[in-house]
Amino acid sequence: MVEKGIKIKIRHRDAVRLNFSKILLYAAMIGLACIMALPLVYVLGTAFKPIDELLKFPPVFFVKKPTLSNFSQLFLALDSSTVPFLRYLFNSVLVTALAVLGTIVVATMGGYAMSKLTVPFSKVLFTLVIIAMTFPGNVIQIPLYMIIKWLGLYNTYAALIVPKIAGAYGMFLMKQFCDQLPKPLLEAARIDGAGEFSIYMKIALPFLRPAWATLLVFTFTACWNDGAASLIYISDQSLRLLPVMLTAISENTNLARAGALAAASFIIMAPSLIIFILQQRRVMATMAHSGIK
Amino acid sequence: MKTSTIKAPATKASSPKKSWIKRWIQKYGMGSLFFMPFFILFVLFTIVPVLIGMAMSFTNYDMLMTPKFIGLDNYKNLFIFDENFAKALQNTFIIGGIAGPVGYLASFLFAWIINNMKMKKLFTVIFYAPSIAGSGMVVIWDYLFSGDRYGFINNLLINAGLIQSPIIWNADTDFIVPINILILVWGSMGTGFLVFMAGLQNLDPQLSESGRIDGIRNVFQELWFITLPQVKPQLLYGAINTIVVSLGVFPSFGGFPSPNYVAHTLAAHIQDYGFLRFEMGYASAVSMVLFFLSFGLGQVVIRLLSEREEKPVRKRRARG
Repeated sequence: MVEKGIKIKIRHRDAVRLNFSKILLYAAMIGLACIMALPLVYVLGTAFKPIDELLKFPPVFFVKKPTLSNFSQLFLALDSSTVPFLRYLFNSVLVTALAVLGTIVVATMGGYAMSKLTVPFSKVLFTLVIIAMTFPGNVIQIPLYMIIKWLGLYNTYAALIVPKIAGAYGMFLMKQFCDQLPKPLLEAARIDGAGEFSIYMKIALPFLRPAWATLLVFTFTACWNDGAASLIYISDQSLRLLPVMLTAISENTNLARAGALAAASFIIMAPSLIIFILQQRRVMATMAHSGIK
Repeated sequence: MKTSTIKAPATKASSPKKSWIKRWIQKYGMGSLFFMPFFILFVLFTIVPVLIGMAMSFTNYDMLMTPKFIGLDNYKNLFIFDENFAKALQNTFIIGGIAGPVGYLASFLFAWIINNMKMKKLFTVIFYAPSIAGSGMVVIWDYLFSGDRYGFINNLLINAGLIQSPIIWNADTDFIVPINILILVWGSMGTGFLVFMAGLQNLDPQLSESGRIDGIRNVFQELWFITLPQVKPQLLYGAINTIVVSLGVFPSFGGFPSPNYVAHTLAAHIQDYGFLRFEMGYASAVSMVLFFLSFGLGQVVIRLLSEREEKPVRKRRARG
């Protein structure tokens, strides 16, 4: 009896200590989460502040009287400037959509081929893909500029889309994920008389859905935020993308434009976040295959 | 684990009478067709640029005159005379060398902690979000580090009596580099963090159980002996990702080029010579330094962390 009592006491004490350290951990993590989130929340919230709250000092963190006037200012007031905001928005949407679509098509086809069909020199090619993942894009910035000029793509939307499509990471991810696709399934489809293309459409693509959803998230974010490409490969201001416009507004510090700047920041940041949150489950399911062995 | 040894027999069925072209098409035709779009674009926009860059780094190409071969002159100038290059190299190591490892360790640490917590999804979003926030964040950095006394940090410091007059953060050469590091660390929990999270979610629970039976006493022992070996592929991917991001760092705070080039990095140097001065040959030499640094470090990391399973497989196949 006595022994039992002691045992229970120890267990109880352990439980208390465990709970205490757990509470401490949660408190610390919530604090850190705040540090991570506050700048974002601030920027997202600022977009809805009326002008008097925007210029208040010390500034208010949360919006008191939310308004959409900053957005209307962005869409209407900036209309008079050389390139209207809507044009940048249109450019960004078009370029990002086509780049994302192209990347998904090219990467799923290539990954499927490399994993399930026979591609000549596939080992060498896959090694090249891995090598391409080990250096930053800045390395090829200059030759890319020249190739784009030679191909006559300079100052076209294509310059912002085509070079991005065959990313090494997309290929790598699709190949890794496709390795999980059971071969007998494909064999069965072939015996039933399905052509290679319909196998790709009806079996591979649905199977790869989490992987290409992930690629969609990453490619979207990369394209939507890429300001450098449209500065380098484009000289016509009316073909440039949103980040360029944002830097332009933020550089000429004009108090009247504070609202427009906040609204533009919102439009740049929100879509990537929303797309990630919507696809989070698929992204997490895919990323496990992102390891390099 | 997954070897491709089964590939070969597919062709055995074809009769030996067929010409080699037909046999090649039968074996490789479909694969090549599906692979072609990627192959063409990858060669044209990734492999060829690397080769052109390599070749161009030995020339004095400036977009106007035909390039002339000048041997190693660009590299000599870089390493001996170019003070900004020395600064860029040093800054890349300082900025990337601090933000990279800190971000990498933080990514793993937080992935590990969050994985054992409730509300995983919410915490994942919050920690990952800064890395995809992108250029919209200038609004907050401009406000936090504003050079007048109404800037958040200046105001805080003045009220606390630590400084008398406001610090002009984006022009003060002492602060541009640290602020850049801070911003980078804040946004460093990106793809690597997600990969770690995913790896940790797919751990084999049997292994940690048998570990406990074998005398694993606390969470740290479990982390070291049971968990880390299981997520090695993810650790390797994260490491390569970190290297690429850190070495390719472009200072986002302080303008370009930064005052007195204090925050100049290799990526900024490429931009500077390539697109401001149009000395393409010289800029290519800088690109090649960046390429070999990144590629070399990548290879070192692959050697260290790769599960070398391929070698025995190859040997077996060679014998058989």
